[in-house]
Amino acid sequence: MRLLTAAHALAALIVLPLAASAQEAPPEPENWDAVVEAAQGSRVFWHAWGGDPRINDFIEWVGDELDARHDIDLTHVKLSDTAEAVSRVVAEASAGQDSGGAVDAIWINGANFAQMKENDLLFGPFADDLPNWRYIDTAEHPAITVDFTEPVDGLGAPWALFRMVFEYDSAAVPEPPRDVDALRAWITENPGRFTYPQPPDYLGTSFLKQILYGLVDDPQVLMQPADDADYDAVTEPLWAWLDAVTPDLWRSGRAYPQNEPALGQLLADGEIDIAFSFNPGRASAAIADFELPDTVRTYVFERGTIGNASFISIPYNAANPAGAMVLANFIMSPQAQARAQNPQVLGFQTVLDLDRLPADERARFEALDLGIATLRPEEMGATLPEPHPSWMTRIAQDWQERYGVAE
Amino acid sequence: MRRAAAGEGAGWLRAIAPLTLAVLAGPVVAGLAGVILPAFGYMPALGGAGFSLEPWRELLAWPGLAAAVRLSLTTGIGATVIALALTLLLVAAGQGTRTFRVLVRLIAPVLSVPHAATAFGLAFLIAPSGWIARLTSPWMTGWERPPDLLTVNDPAGLALTLGLVLKELPFLMLMTLAALAQADGLRTREVAETLGYGRIAAWMLVVLPRVYAQIRLPVYAVLAYSMSVVDMALILGPTRPGPLAVVILDWMSDPNLFMRFQAAAAALLLLALVAGALVLWRLAEEGAGALCRLVAMRGMRATALDRPLRPLALGLGAAGAALVLAGLAGLAVWSVAALWRFPDAWPAGLTLRIWQAQSSAIAGAAGITALIGLIATVAALVLVLGWLEAAHRAGRRAPAPAVLPLIYLPLIVPQVVFLPGMQVLALMAGFEGGLVLVMAVHLIFVLPYVFLSLADPWQAWDARAGTVAASLGAGPWRILLTVRLPMLLRPVLTAAAVGFAVSVAQYLPTLLIGAGRVATLTTEAVALAAGGNRRVIGAWALAQMLAPFAGFALALVVPALAFRKRKGMAV
Amino acid sequence: MSEGLRLEGVEIALGAAPLVTLDITVAPGEVVTIMGPSGSGKSALLTAIIGALPPPFSARGRIRLDGRDITDLPTRARRVGILFQDDILFPHLSVAGNLAFALPSHLRGRAARTARVEEALADAGLEGMGARDPETLSGGQRARVALMRTLLAEPRALLLDEPFSRLDADRRARIRSFVFARAVARGLPVLMVTHDAEDARAAGGRVLDPRGAAVTPGVVASADDCRA
Repeated sequence: MRLLTAAHALAALIVLPLAASAQEAPPEPENWDAVVEAAQGSRVFWHAWGGDPRINDFIEWVGDELDARHDIDLTHVKLSDTAEAVSRVVAEASAGQDSGGAVDAIWINGANFAQMKENDLLFGPFADDLPNWRYIDTAEHPAITVDFTEPVDGLGAPWALFRMVFEYDSAAVPEPPRDVDALRAWITENPGRFTYPQPPDYLGTSFLKQILYGLVDDPQVLMQPADDADYDAVTEPLWAWLDAVTPDLWRSGRAYPQNEPALGQLLADGEIDIAFSFNPGRASAAIADFELPDTVRTYVFERGTIGNASFISIPYNAANPAGAMVLANFIMSPQAQARAQNPQVLGFQTVLDLDRLPADERARFEALDLGIATLRPEEMGATLPEPHPSWMTRIAQDWQERYGVAE
Repeated sequence: MRRAAAGEGAGWLRAIAPLTLAVLAGPVVAGLAGVILPAFGYMPALGGAGFSLEPWRELLAWPGLAAAVRLSLTTGIGATVIALALTLLLVAAGQGTRTFRVLVRLIAPVLSVPHAATAFGLAFLIAPSGWIARLTSPWMTGWERPPDLLTVNDPAGLALTLGLVLKELPFLMLMTLAALAQADGLRTREVAETLGYGRIAAWMLVVLPRVYAQIRLPVYAVLAYSMSVVDMALILGPTRPGPLAVVILDWMSDPNLFMRFQAAAAALLLLALVAGALVLWRLAEEGAGALCRLVAMRGMRATALDRPLRPLALGLGAAGAALVLAGLAGLAVWSVAALWRFPDAWPAGLTLRIWQAQSSAIAGAAGITALIGLIATVAALVLVLGWLEAAHRAGRRAPAPAVLPLIYLPLIVPQVVFLPGMQVLALMAGFEGGLVLVMAVHLIFVLPYVFLSLADPWQAWDARAGTVAASLGAGPWRILLTVRLPMLLRPVLTAAAVGFAVSVAQYLPTLLIGAGRVATLTTEAVALAAGGNRRVIGAWALAQMLAPFAGFALALVVPALAFRKRKGMAV
Repeated sequence: MSEGLRLEGVEIALGAAPLVTLDITVAPGEVVTIMGPSGSGKSALLTAIIGALPPPFSARGRIRLDGRDITDLPTRARRVGILFQDDILFPHLSVAGNLAFALPSHLRGRAARTARVEEALADAGLEGMGARDPETLSGGQRARVALMRTLLAEPRALLLDEPFSRLDADRRARIRSFVFARAVARGLPVLMVTHDAEDARAAGGRVLDPRGAAVTPGVVASADDCRA
């Protein structure tokens, strides 16, 4: 399929300017048949992080399925940072290009989502009108309707759930630390064997929030905007905790890994003994791919770990919103969700409520072997909701001022 | 009375020079406008309808500013000084030796290794869990686990400087060797040696002044590039904070869209830094020149320099080439590695899994990359040759010296400064991000390098061959096509290979102008690099290197085959 | 209607200083030699006649060839052949390729063109050397190829710019007579510039200095030697 990309691109040269000028009003999401009809035979540009070959392979599979079902030609625009797609939409908006935009769908959540929503750069609401929405139980997974305390309002279709889990090499660490105090003690006893991605990296800042959860008396305060709470008082224990551990971090805190994969690489290289990730299946998948030794295991904090959801959103000026909606609906289907949950493929947690599925579809999920290092659902513990995005922003900013420009 | 055969038939060819300049400088100037406006608060899409100094106040209030600026200056200037010094020392001390000839052969392959791949390879070599540590552990170092040493991402930017030196050294070598061919460097040096001068002193005093005039602009390009590099800095540079260019890119891609105003202000600051560094460099050139003349007038023979400096220069040059190639070899091994734990010097097993999984994606991206590169390169060749030929027919030397800085504008203005503005302007003009636009943007960067590689050999051509051909009845087109171009086949193909390599390496222009839809080897490789998976990075880096390498190989093989029976066409 | 190469009030100047002033006619089959030291502008004169005078030289006057004013024609239309000090064979072409390059386009057909090239090779005593790389020939052979190439273009006049100075002594005389014999046989007016007295004497025609005054070869040559 990829071999045809050159030909497609050439065709696009000729066709696109015409397509852009012949823009019609997008079909209404409620009229699903019209959406499917409009999407038939179209091209969809899905802007999604391209840093993981496993995810890229999954997206290619999605493209093959959409091609077979709806003659849709899906192109995965591989981003090194989701904000690139946001920038693109902003650039188009700056130039007054209010239709025929380059981005049809974005894999998004958190601050990127909040920013686009706030600036009216999103299409919809559409998510609750997708046929597969009926399999979703919003009460069981609040992260599906409230993203980082920001109501999703149907502007994003959920497609995967994420939970922070810690990964450790059981050959090197017999008993891993299961709360913030134990972690602090462990770091002090094992200098140079722990670190976190440098904020404002998403995982790194999430780790700080996870620590903050373990240190605040009343977690409810994190649900309000940071400016409304007594921010300094709430975060004071976090900075104290960091001040205490930083000298004993990897490289004594003078350098930090850039992101989640870089942190995983440090674990693989044996430079650190404990890492963490937002994907509970990552460790098993990495073991299967020879990236980690089969002695690696995962665990969660006793008081629970942060969880959130990933969404597909559609920019307000997308050239093909109908195609993007068909993509969003397909990726919420039991077939696609079961494939994503397979640790051989991605190991992502499904957004679907298995009780609502027909028996044969439920069987797909029950047949999955979740992998040697993956926790069983009953071992996953409590899900802590994401704090208001302003916490992430302010903590990342403060971190940069305290630790990020120290040299 | 008629002056020269030249004046004939320039005709429409005369339009090429202004056209070329418009292609080069126009987008840069337009892109600058697109960054100046938001730097002063004007960006209607984000609600910035009026002008203000707020972005500058925000920028100046950022606590990391001093460190970021200092890093840009020290790594950029440091890398340029070291790369240039090493280049000159190598040529001065080494030219004519066997080691030097080997190093010259390594220029093309080392030049073909993309910046990001060089950086990854180097990082894997020198990291505490890297290949060097693995090869020496535990038997020599006693390390059973990687030591907690800060080698990569060091706060002073030494690893980044080393990476830049490794990448810029071969480029400066190539430019210096081209200049030397014209300056008759070897013989001039030998004459000075017979007057009792040491080899290095002889070269520095009599050859360098002529050569430097010709490599001055490439050196400026290296300085500007090193100060504004993004991809290598992300991999090797410090992170608390990084150099200014990385900070700009971070802010440009910050979810908080208002950071773009601050990013635009920082981009202008970076431009001012580069301009300031260039001015400083120019002054330093004058100083060094005066010093050189003073030494020459005093007749200092400086023969004592040769003994220590010669092995040092050759040793450092060889070590540099070895680092790049070993880094690449490391990535190649990673691409077929099964589990590979520290301190094993070799993976526990080998597997082709990654290559099988990636091969179709690599093939697809390679096709697009080749298509863009070939068309941009051919367009650049046509424009450059047309310009040179038009000037020749008008009886002038091309180009006018005043024009040269314009040709270099796209190389000297940092990409991160003008590309975002250019993207917005392209959208405003209604250009959809497509292949043609990407090719056009590649042309902006390919053309200067093609010009750079071709202008000197073009002018060094013995014009009497043209005069003879004309006196035999040949018209200007027949002379160009059957005499001049065949005689210059080797430099023309080399220029094409350089241009193609430049096109293959373009990351930001392809990403920003192609709307992310044009997937080349480099955009895909950098996107995958964000995932830090060494196995995948290894496979893509090899593919990314193979494309320009094929170009350089063709540039060597085609003339060698075409003229295998022509001794007069040998190098 | 005057036959031959006519220079009417031709003046070559470098800046404001005139170097060459000539008003002469070179008759068909005649060899006229301009003798002068280096820097006297004699080579510039030849480049002016073929229409390739490089700056900063300037030229005035008219040039006529067989009665036709060629002053403002481009080089390729002048039908004036030239031999330089170096043979300037095209290095990317074979010997035969060099010769075929010069053949006029009105000579059509591969067989006819090949035959003419073979004929020229035979005339130069280079039978069977058509496929050779010019670089593998001796200096004398190269000089003969260069002359045959010039003649194949069917010029109406021949200019010689110190064409023998790079040859060693015993080849020099043979090549010289080879060139003059063929030029005279074709009835070409020949204008030679040299600073070598022996070349001038061997040419057998008038010998002038760059101002047009007749000179005795030996005298100028010795003056030249003193300068050098």
